[in-house]
Amino acid sequence: MRTPGRARTTWLVATATVAVLLMSHAWAVDPTELPDARLQARYLALTHELRCMQCQNETLADSPVDLAADLRREVRDLLLQGKSDDEVRAWMVARYGDFILFRPRFSARTAWLWLAPGVALLIGLGVCWRIVRGRGALVDADSDPVGDDPRAQVKDARD
Amino acid sequence: MNRFAVPMAVFVALVAVLAIGIKHSPQKGVILSPLIGKPAPSFQLPSLGDPAHTVASQELRGRWYVLNVWGTWCVECRAEHQMLIEARDAHVVPLIGLDWKDDDARAREWLAQLGNPYEVVALDHSGNTAVDYGVYGAPETFLVSDQGIIVYKYVGPLTREVWKKEILSRLPPHAAATS
Repeated sequence: MRTPGRARTTWLVATATVAVLLMSHAWAVDPTELPDARLQARYLALTHELRCMQCQNETLADSPVDLAADLRREVRDLLLQGKSDDEVRAWMVARYGDFILFRPRFSARTAWLWLAPGVALLIGLGVCWRIVRGRGALVDADSDPVGDDPRAQVKDARD
Repeated sequence: MNRFAVPMAVFVALVAVLAIGIKHSPQKGVILSPLIGKPAPSFQLPSLGDPAHTVASQELRGRWYVLNVWGTWCVECRAEHQMLIEARDAHVVPLIGLDWKDDDARAREWLAQLGNPYEVVALDHSGNTAVDYGVYGAPETFLVSDQGIIVYKYVGPLTREVWKKEILSRLPPHAAATS
C-alpha cells in the first residue's frame, strides 16, 4: 500500500543514499601537495605502490589510518630531500621489510614469484601444442578415402 | 589412468609446496622485521616521568632491555599490562616504554591506574621513532641485547607463555645480574 508518508520516506532514503555515494570524493584521504608537479607525480606513484602495513591490502595513498599518514609524510620528506624513488623504497624496506612493496623487487628469493607465470604459460603452450598435434595425427590416421561415389557408400551403410 | 598421472603429480607437488609454506611460516600472519640482527635505531625523546629530561637510546646501551611500544589508545595494550607488571616484579630484564602517538596526561593516568611496569618511558609524539623501528601496530615488543642489537620482536599483546618462551629464553644467563 502506498501512502504519501511512505513515498516521502523512500524519497528521503534515496536522497541520503545518493548523498553518501557522492561523499566518497570528500573521503580522499591524502591532500598532500608537493611544490613541483614532477615531485607530486613521483609522490603519487610511490604512495600507490607502498603498502599500508596496518591494513595490509591498501596502499599508503588509499589508507585513512594514522600510520599511513606518518609514512606518507616520510615519503614526502624524503622526496623533498632529493632522494630517488629507489632510495625511498629502500628506506621503507629497511624498516618494514619487502612486504611493504606491492611490487616485489626481483631477487633470488622472489625470482620464482616473477618467473612462475612465464613458466606456467610455457607449460600451457607446450600442452596445447601436443594436443593439437595429437589431433592432427588422428585426422591423418582416419583418412580412409570416402570413395568416388558417396551415394554408394551411404547405400552400403544402409544395407 | 596414465593420462591423469602427470596432472596428479603436479597437483600433489603443489599441495606439498603450499603445505610446507604454511607450516614453516615463522609466525602466521606476522611480518618478519628486517631489523632483527641489526642495531636498534637510535632515538632521543622526552621522558614521560620528567619531560625536562630525554631518553636516549645511547644511554640504554650496555645491558639487555625490552622495548615495549604502547599507547593509551591501544586496546590490546591493556590486555598485556598485567603481564608487564609481573615481568617488572621478576627483575630479570628492564622494560623501556615507547609511548606511541599518545597524550601525555592520559599516559600518566594510565600508569597511575594500572601500575607502571617501565623503568623509563620515551614519548614518541610524532611517531617517527616507531616508524624507524618498523612498528605497524601496538603493542609491539623488542628485545635488545647489551650490544644494542635487536634480537627479537613480538607483535601483539605479550602473554606469560611468549614472555617465557621467546624473551627469557633469549637472554644470556648473566643478563639478570647486570640489569
